[in-house]
Amino acid sequence: MASTDTSHPDYFHKVVDCQWACPAHTDVPEYIRLIAQGRFTDAYLVNRRSNVFPGILGRVCDRPCEPACRRGRVEEKPVAICRLKRVAADHKESYRDRLPAVPAIKNGKKIACIGAGCASLTVANDLMPLGYEVTIFEQFAVAGGLMRTNIPSFRLPGSVLDEEIGTIVDMGVDLRLGYRIDSMRRLLDEGGFDAIFVGSGAPKGKELNLPGRADASANVHIGIAWLESIAFDHVQSIGTNVLIIGVGNTAMDCCRSSLRLGAKSVKVMARKPRQFFKASEWELEDAEAESVEIVVNRSPKSFVLEDGRLRGMLFDVVEYDFDATGRITAERIVAEEFFPADDVILAIGQENAFPWIERDLGIEFDRWDVPTVDAVTFQSTRSGVFFGGDAAFGPKNIIWSVEHGHQAAISIHLHCQGGDLSARMSPGVNLQSRKMGMHEWSYANDYNVAERRLVPHVSLKERFKNIDIEVELGFTAEQAAAEVQRCLNCDVQTIFETKLCIECDACIDICPVDCLTMTADGEDADLRARLKAPAKNVTQALYVSDPLKFTGRVMVKDEDVCVHCGLCAERCPTAAWDMQKSWVQWPHAIDQRSGGAV
Amino acid sequence: MTFIPKPKIRHPDLPLNELGLTRRDYEGSLSTLCAGCGHDSITAAITEACWGISIRPENLAKLSGIGCSSKTTAYFVNGGHGFNSVHGRMPSIAAGANAANRDLYYIGISGDGDSLSIGLGQFCHAIRRNLNMLYIIENNGVYGLTKGQFSASADLGTKAKKGEVNQQPPIDPVLLAMNLGAGFVARSFSGDKQQLVPLIQAGLNYPGFALIDVLSPCVTFNDHEGSTKSYAYTREHYEPIVEADFVPLRQEIRTDYAAGESMAVMLHDGNQVVLRKLAEDYDPTDSHRAYDYVQQHITRGEYLTGLLHCRSTAETEFHALSRTPSQPLNQIPYSQLHPGSAGLARLLARYR
Repeated sequence: MASTDTSHPDYFHKVVDCQWACPAHTDVPEYIRLIAQGRFTDAYLVNRRSNVFPGILGRVCDRPCEPACRRGRVEEKPVAICRLKRVAADHKESYRDRLPAVPAIKNGKKIACIGAGCASLTVANDLMPLGYEVTIFEQFAVAGGLMRTNIPSFRLPGSVLDEEIGTIVDMGVDLRLGYRIDSMRRLLDEGGFDAIFVGSGAPKGKELNLPGRADASANVHIGIAWLESIAFDHVQSIGTNVLIIGVGNTAMDCCRSSLRLGAKSVKVMARKPRQFFKASEWELEDAEAESVEIVVNRSPKSFVLEDGRLRGMLFDVVEYDFDATGRITAERIVAEEFFPADDVILAIGQENAFPWIERDLGIEFDRWDVPTVDAVTFQSTRSGVFFGGDAAFGPKNIIWSVEHGHQAAISIHLHCQGGDLSARMSPGVNLQSRKMGMHEWSYANDYNVAERRLVPHVSLKERFKNIDIEVELGFTAEQAAAEVQRCLNCDVQTIFETKLCIECDACIDICPVDCLTMTADGEDADLRARLKAPAKNVTQALYVSDPLKFTGRVMVKDEDVCVHCGLCAERCPTAAWDMQKSWVQWPHAIDQRSGGAV
Repeated sequence: MTFIPKPKIRHPDLPLNELGLTRRDYEGSLSTLCAGCGHDSITAAITEACWGISIRPENLAKLSGIGCSSKTTAYFVNGGHGFNSVHGRMPSIAAGANAANRDLYYIGISGDGDSLSIGLGQFCHAIRRNLNMLYIIENNGVYGLTKGQFSASADLGTKAKKGEVNQQPPIDPVLLAMNLGAGFVARSFSGDKQQLVPLIQAGLNYPGFALIDVLSPCVTFNDHEGSTKSYAYTREHYEPIVEADFVPLRQEIRTDYAAGESMAVMLHDGNQVVLRKLAEDYDPTDSHRAYDYVQQHITRGEYLTGLLHCRSTAETEFHALSRTPSQPLNQIPYSQLHPGSAGLARLLARYR
């Protein structure tokens, strides 16, 4: 096959599994190294460039990076990437003077953002340094959107939100709190904005219409609305027995909040077995640690009332058949079961809803009443109106919303400057050798056998005293120091210079994970079968060299389980292998400004 | 060399051998040889070979003398027995160990200095005795450990790193071994594991003295232009002439050996070595013709590689000739091993 084209920025980006999995392309290994050096503020800024809210995300990110982490492929547990982010946020010093300066003289373009959630705030963060005047309209009296109203404060304290949102607002954003937009038409006609960004989230919780629902409405709550009421102190108590319907992350927040409002017995009712749960594994663990019972294979049937008051719910007990791949092939109801309850919380999903957008403005909606949004530019079918975050494609999570905000900001900038929205800068990658001397590298290349550290929690006795007590305490200094060493430095790439190789086999013999093979060239599938150790993960590319000078064979590297120990480069007598740090440059609006390379 | 030890983690899908061990379980300590040394590749080939035929680590005895090559016994099969002897005296130690315990696999690692200079006599007599061992010479043509003087295997006309030309004729261990009647004589190259690994497996199972002379470039003192044992020169001038495959008893011979061009040499316990000639006029089982053929090619400056000569010599093997007991000494009851004072007196009386 043709030798690998490493000039394509995706090639090395993909080797850094965590960064590739992160929607916002956070340079994870780089910030982990900075934490290891005690450079917390620098680590925070590396994060902030990509994900804008390191303190928030270090507590509540959905962490797509961790399942991707290579450490999880060579041993049991991935690096605690998310909680290390919090370490950087907890220990940083003042950094505002290191952010891009916001010009005093504006460029004359006005942008409206609807909803003060993570997507809109990211748009403001990206556009303020370019001289735009950004106005954010927020229906509530506080900014933060679903981060504020739907994530309980025992997971995400208000002070963390205030600080990171404040950094953006203090750039000079015109934040209109308690200002609800009721008509898109009026905003378009009378607002005088050059572009409008809709970041109003997915605020509509799904309903469960079963017999008895209407009569029981005093004690049946929609999860996200109920969480919002807690956030604004409208709700301060709940019954003794609580049932949560649904088993996503909102359900986890609902059950844990119930315990803090006086519930004694909380059960989460799931229709399917555990492997189908939508909640993240760690959120399930945290809930179960607080004695929440998760009941599987129960499908809600009806609300049971007595004397006009909710007494509980009736469930069908379901049995499932699975095929070899674990998919459900058949299901049948085998019994009926009653669970007593004083309150029921519905956490079965949420949707975006736009009753305030008139349907004759050229903003198209599909048959599910979801706006038609371009997946690259985030522009709707009406020029100058953009969507992002949960408002664009339905509920995802914070980190996706941030990346939507970044991309929408680029589009808004191009739109306001009269450019073509598709004339976006391409990502790039820079490489820089980490060689310091004969056997010295400017990164810790020895494999550390430490196991994943566990974040300490407030004791079960203490944590229920007040709903505002943050349960996770964050890593201690010792734990953070150990955890950072578990990172495999996947961004320090193995770079092969074919013409220097004398085919001595030294690299192949020393590689601890049998990544390297010199063999006759062949097609991908054929090569994979002939490697020193099988290369089964086809999503990770093979790194194939040009033909070697003596034998015409090729050097093949299976990137899948490389631990970046650099032993191939240390053993190489001719420096044909080198360890080079890859900097993936993922352009933002500020890079677009110059029109040149990032 | 490298300064950090090879991490103990391994590829999650490494194959297991019959003992349930991975290749990694056959490794040794961290090599302190130069980065790119051919010897390290040979070490890797030995590791692979021992894993491949599922040798129990405790059934392997590793013996060596002095030199870069002789350090390498520390770098493979950590679970094996080891003896690092006086310079050039490894064959004596091997003879003693082998006499005492005939059940172990013996692998002697030596170099061109250890075997062809100071230990030449020992080397020759180990062949004569037909000691049941695999004797590997890691041959690089220089004394690497003393900074690159010509060794006894340096070719005529080869250049040292600083330009001086060798004017003394070399001793070729392959020709010497054939001359002395060795039944298993091979030459290989550290950079060709495909050839080397089966040769090591066959050599370990050959009942008698098995020699593999492995061209193993010295990356520090003998890898320059003008050297006849550099990576570049060896790659250009080595010519595989016989492919050998070790076929254990349980395994059927693969069908891709076309009849006529391949021949099998039975080893005593049902294992066999399958030879595949790459040149029509070559007969690896006839020592005289093989000798002539190899010598002619050496004159032309070509290294023939592969199992150059192989015939069964089980009947002249050290233990067979000495009519020793079939058990190792450590399994024979002490009362049988030791004649007692009365028995000793009787024995001595025969010489009075």
